[in-house]
Amino acid sequence: MHPDVVVMGAGIIGAACAQALKARGLDVLVVDRHGPASGTSSAGEGNVLVSDKEPGPELDLARRSRELWPELAGDAEWEEKGGLVVATTPEAAGPLRAFAARQRAAGVDACEITPEEALAHEPHLNPAVTAAVHYLEDAQLNPVKATRYLLRGIEVKRTEVSTTDGRSVTTADGVISCGAVVNATGPWARNFGVNVLPRRGVVLVTTPIPGRIRHKVYDADYVGAVASGDADLQTSGVVESTQAGTVLIGSSRQRKGFDDTIETEVLTALARRAIAMFPMLADVPVMRAYGGFRPYAPDHLPIIGEDPRTPGLWHATGHEGAGVGLAPATGRLLAQLLTGEEPLVDPRPFRVDRPEVMV
Amino acid sequence: MRVVVVGAGPAGMAAARTAADAGAEVTMVDSEPEAGGQYLRGRAGFQHSGVTHLGNTEAWLVEDHTLHLRGPRRLAFDKLVIATGAYDRPLPFPGWDGPGVITAGAAQALAKQGVTLAGRVIVAGTGPFLLPVATALQDLGATLVGVYEASSPARWLREAKAVAANRHKVGELARYRKVLPRLETRTAVIAKRGPDVTVAKLDGGWHPVSHRTVQADLVCIGHGFLPRTDLVPQARRTNDFLEVDEHQRTSVEDVYAAGEVTGIGGADLAEAEGVVAGAAAAGLTPPGKALEAVRRGRLFAAALARAHEVQPGWRTWLDQDTTVCRCEKVRLADLTDATSMRELKLSSRVALGRCQGRICARNAAELTGVPFDGQRRVIAVPIPLGELADLPEEKS
Repeated sequence: MHPDVVVMGAGIIGAACAQALKARGLDVLVVDRHGPASGTSSAGEGNVLVSDKEPGPELDLARRSRELWPELAGDAEWEEKGGLVVATTPEAAGPLRAFAARQRAAGVDACEITPEEALAHEPHLNPAVTAAVHYLEDAQLNPVKATRYLLRGIEVKRTEVSTTDGRSVTTADGVISCGAVVNATGPWARNFGVNVLPRRGVVLVTTPIPGRIRHKVYDADYVGAVASGDADLQTSGVVESTQAGTVLIGSSRQRKGFDDTIETEVLTALARRAIAMFPMLADVPVMRAYGGFRPYAPDHLPIIGEDPRTPGLWHATGHEGAGVGLAPATGRLLAQLLTGEEPLVDPRPFRVDRPEVMV
Repeated sequence: MRVVVVGAGPAGMAAARTAADAGAEVTMVDSEPEAGGQYLRGRAGFQHSGVTHLGNTEAWLVEDHTLHLRGPRRLAFDKLVIATGAYDRPLPFPGWDGPGVITAGAAQALAKQGVTLAGRVIVAGTGPFLLPVATALQDLGATLVGVYEASSPARWLREAKAVAANRHKVGELARYRKVLPRLETRTAVIAKRGPDVTVAKLDGGWHPVSHRTVQADLVCIGHGFLPRTDLVPQARRTNDFLEVDEHQRTSVEDVYAAGEVTGIGGADLAEAEGVVAGAAAAGLTPPGKALEAVRRGRLFAAALARAHEVQPGWRTWLDQDTTVCRCEKVRLADLTDATSMRELKLSSRVALGRCQGRICARNAAELTGVPFDGQRRVIAVPIPLGELADLPEEKS
């Protein structure tokens, strides 16, 4: 076995990299200790969002990804459901409008609507909404199916990698030599030399209530929580339904390593925020909660590129909570850089030799 | 010393009594109105000095030294005893999700409440539990078409030591002598369509070797049991059942387990384990008699597990259209070639419905060859969002 590229990690980012490399004629082997989408990718809601991103390099990557997804999603329940961001206090209305205006200037379809229009879109929304922005481009998919679809025709070997020198990987089952290695191990990427840390998130899942909630609806303070680096628990209301009719409720952010204990403090905060947005949810039972770890870099930007210290070792990680949304453009950018093609976005903001990233 | 016991069956009641007698302040929580568990069904008449019994109360989360109850309400404990028991595992076959098929446990529960079940009845599956169920149904006037045991009685011949140590268990069989003439071993129900039930003779691996059609109105199935371990998702387990040491301690600090949640061995073993757990939780050395009863009972439980182990041939009973997950209507054909349970669930929706995989997750794992990761649900029972939002802030 001597593949051109070994991709470490069979999550959505590893799968997108593998797919893009394969599309360029390279022979790719994916290795993962647990198999496809068994970590962060299956622990989120499968969001493909532009709405939560400030103009800048990440928004550029998100917009390119958003263009690529419909063709790559296959049978993964791709749904252009649209996002609805609402302000629930008078103070939050102004900042939300200003944020949307900046996004519009950057080319995002951020349509400001009245609270009455927001209620027409989402009849069960709390009428106390003070401002609302409708993002037609926000979409959702099933991240596990999407990962599997990207990986079709690509060998996935179930094994754990201990070390790599960029020309081979040492696994529990022996050494695999190769032309290059991609580190797409998400929150575990630190094991291979980049400063990525886990940021815990919990999602509540209700029993099915089909048709009651139509968009991804979230509170305007979500954007602030996403961009924050605070270690303490942060929650903001994020509510959406899946094709199965269940409602997913997030979002929480906590830095506490890989501790996956469920805390009632988090469940309570999520429940309160969801009910504040949709009062009717108070009577809907939660049937499960799940959690995962977002891979974040201290400067909140993905890491995509070759490691200057270890030629042959490439990184594609640090996507925090946006890995599903950023995956297709990340995979393509990585494959373009690796094969010497013209990159689809400016790769410099994502380079590995940022001072916060090298460890 | 505050001891909280979850479950009021034979194990939970014994643990509560023993801990209270040792001077602990005991609260026993159970979802049923009356104590007794599935075995005694509210006929235990439980009352014991030093034990507060909270009936009609569901526990949904253990967080450090707090047990969260529906209500919402929280109970602080120094030691917790999990005695939540087990429930039937049904194996799927064409028609198992249709009318006229229920679990043996459900049939027994109805029978204990005196509900008369329809005319012609079959009890099928594996394990000695089928016999009391068949007896109860017959006593209520049902016509017993057959009691079909999938395993071979020959498997018990290897278990002489366990049988010798538990002769009273063999004696118990006499109670069921009325239904023994209807007992057929190496036999299973492998399909039901209306009143037509396909009954197959099986080889040692549970592959059908021949079959016939019989008529029945009701088929009661139970292919062993699955433990209710949701409150301690992080605890170490073997083949799903909670691992305990000689003092019934689980791998989680200050959490003990007793009864069927640690393995299937009958009410007397459950009670003995409850005595050991209750004493240990209250800080006493468990009585030697109970320890000896547990040791002997475990020999029997292990023999039972081996003799009635589910054999892989059951997977051939299904056809591509057979339902595997009833909540989400997932058929055998819908199961994907996943490598992990999470991938299997999210790519096929199996085990994601109301029962949260309690019925189907294990079966789906065996049908696909995905390693079964146990039942790790962090919320043990569904709880309205409004109740979660109202949880008291202060830690007790």
